[in-house]
Amino acid sequence: MSLLSAEDLVVRHGLLQAVRGVSFSLERGETLALVGANGAGKTTLLRAIAGAHQAASGRVAFDGDDLSGVPSHERVRKGIALVPEGRRLFVQMTVEENLLLGRTAGRPGDWSVERVLDTFPNLKPRRHAKAGHLSGGEQQATAIGRALMSNPDLLLLDEVSLGLSPLVVDRVYASLQGLIGSGTTIILVEQDLNRALSVSDKVICMLEGRIVLAGDSKSVSRDEVTKAYFGLHRKGAGGVPA
Amino acid sequence: MMNQIVQGVLLGGYYALIACGLSFMFSVMRIINLAHGSLAVLSAFALWLLASRFHISPFLGLLVVLPLMAAIGWALQHFLLERSARGGALLPILTTFGLAIVIDNLLFEQFGADTRSLAPFIGSLSYDSWEWPGSLYVGKLAVIIFITAVVLLGGLQLFLTRTGLGRSIRATSEDPDTAGIVGVDARRSMAIAAAIAMVTVGLAGAFLGMRATFDPYAGATQLLFAFEAAVIGGAGSLWGTLIGGIVLALAQTLGARIHPQGFLIGGHVAFLIVLFIRLYTSGLGLRGLLRLSTRKAS
Repeated sequence: MSLLSAEDLVVRHGLLQAVRGVSFSLERGETLALVGANGAGKTTLLRAIAGAHQAASGRVAFDGDDLSGVPSHERVRKGIALVPEGRRLFVQMTVEENLLLGRTAGRPGDWSVERVLDTFPNLKPRRHAKAGHLSGGEQQATAIGRALMSNPDLLLLDEVSLGLSPLVVDRVYASLQGLIGSGTTIILVEQDLNRALSVSDKVICMLEGRIVLAGDSKSVSRDEVTKAYFGLHRKGAGGVPA
Repeated sequence: MMNQIVQGVLLGGYYALIACGLSFMFSVMRIINLAHGSLAVLSAFALWLLASRFHISPFLGLLVVLPLMAAIGWALQHFLLERSARGGALLPILTTFGLAIVIDNLLFEQFGADTRSLAPFIGSLSYDSWEWPGSLYVGKLAVIIFITAVVLLGGLQLFLTRTGLGRSIRATSEDPDTAGIVGVDARRSMAIAAAIAMVTVGLAGAFLGMRATFDPYAGATQLLFAFEAAVIGGAGSLWGTLIGGIVLALAQTLGARIHPQGFLIGGHVAFLIVLFIRLYTSGLGLRGLLRLSTRKAS
């Protein structure tokens, strides 16, 4: 049984259909890279899986449970954690307080404030600093740490490299490699195709709310993904990962 | 003069207590509760009913009334404020204004226009005093109210910063959408915050009844004092509320010293001065304010 499956998922922003009949599935321990141009519907899809955006139709199932109508805080309790685009930290709170908020769902597991600080050593001296006073890289590390504190089975990462210097991105991805190696199931929205393909098992390319390419990251060429990215991919090529 | 300052500071404790719930609701839920004073009077009437009908001391009566006020706060948030907040920022204000009218008139219908007090039910505490060095006489009840205000405000501050539930409430207040995706039940957090605010209102109502008289329409005056103290102290700041209460009370005491009718005027003047300083330092200034109002009018 798949850990996550979406069937004919439709999500709207008012009159705009941001996600149009998307279907895919993800096995436990896999890393899926979700790529596509701005406005392709990647963030909306992640938010719909996390429950932050209600689906207009279709179905998301997690670990065998239908998530229709399940609010976002309940989904965290079930094991889904989202690192949102733009980090969305609570800027009036300290790093430690932001991390502790991740424990609200009360899922058992190994993640603690100390373990997050060991994973992201740049946060150690900033433990009691207000999140609003952190650098971009420190904020991103805090946002990932906050999501990990809920001990998720599925981690949704939305544009973790956005607005960060290449050096900081390298550092964030070095930390993520550890998570991927530990068997955490991850969906990664990433603009950097090379990086997305190098860390993932599967790749999905979205265009105007639809999946235009899906396949194994190792078997899909960068050229194919680039063509799909710009809408130049032949219809019918690639397949929806099982 | 020293005596008046001490009395003013102690009176400030009561104002801080009545403003505490208003400030808490504003800072956490972004709601200006215009039914605040009426709810405090409702609590005073509930304690009076328990004392006069069932001979239950107002202090013991709090064991019944405070949980009741918490339940009212929870229900208010769940069934009224949350729904009205979906209609924009103005709707909850109008809703609480309507609620105040309903409470006032229901109390009038039930208890009539007579003024009441809880003072007869607390023995000599309402008028007993301690003599401090320098021939200063301070009322025991005033000291109890002041200490209660400090403990309550400190306790709330600790609750918000040191507990998981407090952090959840702060997170919901800052960004309810993100609070949801980190696992916080925003609706539950807000309902709990409303319940806590109503407990403080219940406590303020009890002390209102012990230190003075009240009637079904006394809520508006209490709301005004609470609002002035909260604004002077910086709406949303818990310790600022205590300072606001003390400044308001000292201004009233000073006003009364200048003129026998100057008690209320003194407080209003202090409130207006602070309000204009805040507007000026916010960069809007008086001219900006006038331009804004002219633009709105046209």
